[in-house]
Amino acid sequence: MKTMLQNREILLAVLILVMILLVGVITPDFLLPSNLLAVYNDTSILIILALGQMLVILTRCIDLSVAANLALTGMVVAMLNSAYPALPVPLLMGVGALLGLLLGVVNGALVWKLGIPAIVVTLGTMSIYRGLVFLLSDGAWVNAHEMSASFVSIPRSTVLGLPVLAWVSVLVIVIMVHFTRQRRLGREIYAAGNNPTAAFYTGIQVGRLQFVAFSISGLLAGLCGYLWVSRYAVAYVDVAAGFELQVIAACVIGGVSIMGGIGTVQGCVLGALFLGVINNALPVLGVSPFWQMAISGAVIVIAVIANSRAERKVGRIILKKAALHAG
Amino acid sequence: MPFKKLVASALVAAAMASSGLVQAESVRIGLVVKALGIGFFEAANEGAQEAAKELGDVEVIYTGPTSTTAEGQIEVINSLIAQKVDAIAVSANDTDALVPILKKAQQRGIKVVSWDSGVAPDGRQVHLNPSSNALIGEMNVKLAAEAVLASGAAQGDIAILSATPTSTNQNIWIDEMKKVLPQYPNLTLVTTVYGDDLADKSYRETVGLLKSYPNLKAIVAPTSVGIVAAAQAVHDQGRAGEVFVTGLGLPSELAGHVDSGVVKSFAIWNPIDLGYAATMISYNLVKGSATDSSVGMGRIGTASLEADGSTAMAEPFIYNASNVHAFADIF
Repeated sequence: MKTMLQNREILLAVLILVMILLVGVITPDFLLPSNLLAVYNDTSILIILALGQMLVILTRCIDLSVAANLALTGMVVAMLNSAYPALPVPLLMGVGALLGLLLGVVNGALVWKLGIPAIVVTLGTMSIYRGLVFLLSDGAWVNAHEMSASFVSIPRSTVLGLPVLAWVSVLVIVIMVHFTRQRRLGREIYAAGNNPTAAFYTGIQVGRLQFVAFSISGLLAGLCGYLWVSRYAVAYVDVAAGFELQVIAACVIGGVSIMGGIGTVQGCVLGALFLGVINNALPVLGVSPFWQMAISGAVIVIAVIANSRAERKVGRIILKKAALHAG
Repeated sequence: MPFKKLVASALVAAAMASSGLVQAESVRIGLVVKALGIGFFEAANEGAQEAAKELGDVEVIYTGPTSTTAEGQIEVINSLIAQKVDAIAVSANDTDALVPILKKAQQRGIKVVSWDSGVAPDGRQVHLNPSSNALIGEMNVKLAAEAVLASGAAQGDIAILSATPTSTNQNIWIDEMKKVLPQYPNLTLVTTVYGDDLADKSYRETVGLLKSYPNLKAIVAPTSVGIVAAAQAVHDQGRAGEVFVTGLGLPSELAGHVDSGVVKSFAIWNPIDLGYAATMISYNLVKGSATDSSVGMGRIGTASLEADGSTAMAEPFIYNASNVHAFADIF
């Protein structure tokens, strides 16, 4: 099973490289290291959100509210900055992350304590959070000239050759690798998603782990709220509209099983990078906008087919039996 | 709330009654806005007051509901009818809901004009659009030409960054731009890309444009999300001063990008002119100096009316470093 997954990730990595080289044949500038760094930087937010989403999907749930969470925390942080420009940016990032965590906790609590299916809960909170952005801002934008200079410049300032935005995503990746491989809580999340019944009999509270996954996803979305708003130097109600679908797509392409229990940080990052390369390559190639949508859609479908085939091979029969007995 | 409104309308009534005593001859025009306290409409009122001062025998009653509802506007219009104003100029919260009450007003001899946001033809005599598609297209090309000149080149490539490929307004404006382009032989339109009115996609498309077209001098974005994202992208790519972003946007949204030098100038309607023109048209209708095909708008010129009574005020107003901050506080 392990080699299977590793193969899949190597395959995805090779696919991304081939794609980059193909684009490079048409527009050689695309291969410049500075451009590749820019592509990574542009994908950073997607990577962070996809890693949070991965934890949720691992527990057999889904978080549709990440983009709305991002929009709400982004608006709060931007409004705070515009009202109190003296507040230090790291503090605002902390406020954003905390608020995001709170919004994630709401999702997690509803799923855990009330046992409502995650898709229903987050479909609801998605609209609620988006609505709150409107109530809070009254539909008005927070614009570039209302933000302080440091608020806008920090994520794009370069440290050791990489923008801070990219460093944040690197940091999140490192922490997540450690969390999913070394930490007990991280391993329990896999167990809870892979076979909830068996997990229950080994003393793992599945609901609590779903709660933890939603909370982390919310925290990361809150962090991204600041990153997004400062990257585009504008906050408004429709910020990142529909972005949750890209986040889920990144997970699926990266081999995270929608059925829970399967998925790795590196796969997820590769999935996000795959979309990031496509997003950045299509404008340079001058592909028609209608084809752009079709291409992105086709890629997702192919990934899902690849996933389902991979899962069939890894022998979940034993698990299915156990699930049948318990069910 | 009803009590408050009652008091408010009583106050309006008292104000009108007293002014009626003083100036029996003056033309009274009710300027009804979507809601009170919105910068855009406060600015329109400023223009209306300017028109009143210019005309001398006009009293403008600036009013509107406290929230943007058709019900609130109906109440306000009712009280204006009761006060026997000579004309009502309204920016409607609903195209159809105001028709019955405005019909009633017309039956009482009150002239009705809708402006900014229109009322169905049954409910008004004239509808004043801030601009027309042709004028918007023309203005966008003019701005692009200005931007190319600002980059120091005699001629150059321009690109359009639109909303979605299916956005009706943007597509019409782009078509109008293409009609005008032959008059500007120094401009070469290289491509039209679509940012889907998403900040991230618009940003990426702009980066793509900068990479694919090294001779690009101007990016025209007739969409407010697009123009802001494009400006930020050009700034982040370090191309400010070489490539200028222009198009349609609000002063408050673009003030920062005008300061950073990425945006030299852009356009959108001027709310002051809009309030001024609406007042002038109302006045001319009351005085009977309007015909079926044209009506005067004071300093702005003469509006030609279409068969359904709708008309366009002027080409969009140009904003640049000299005026953007003054208007940024308004809208």
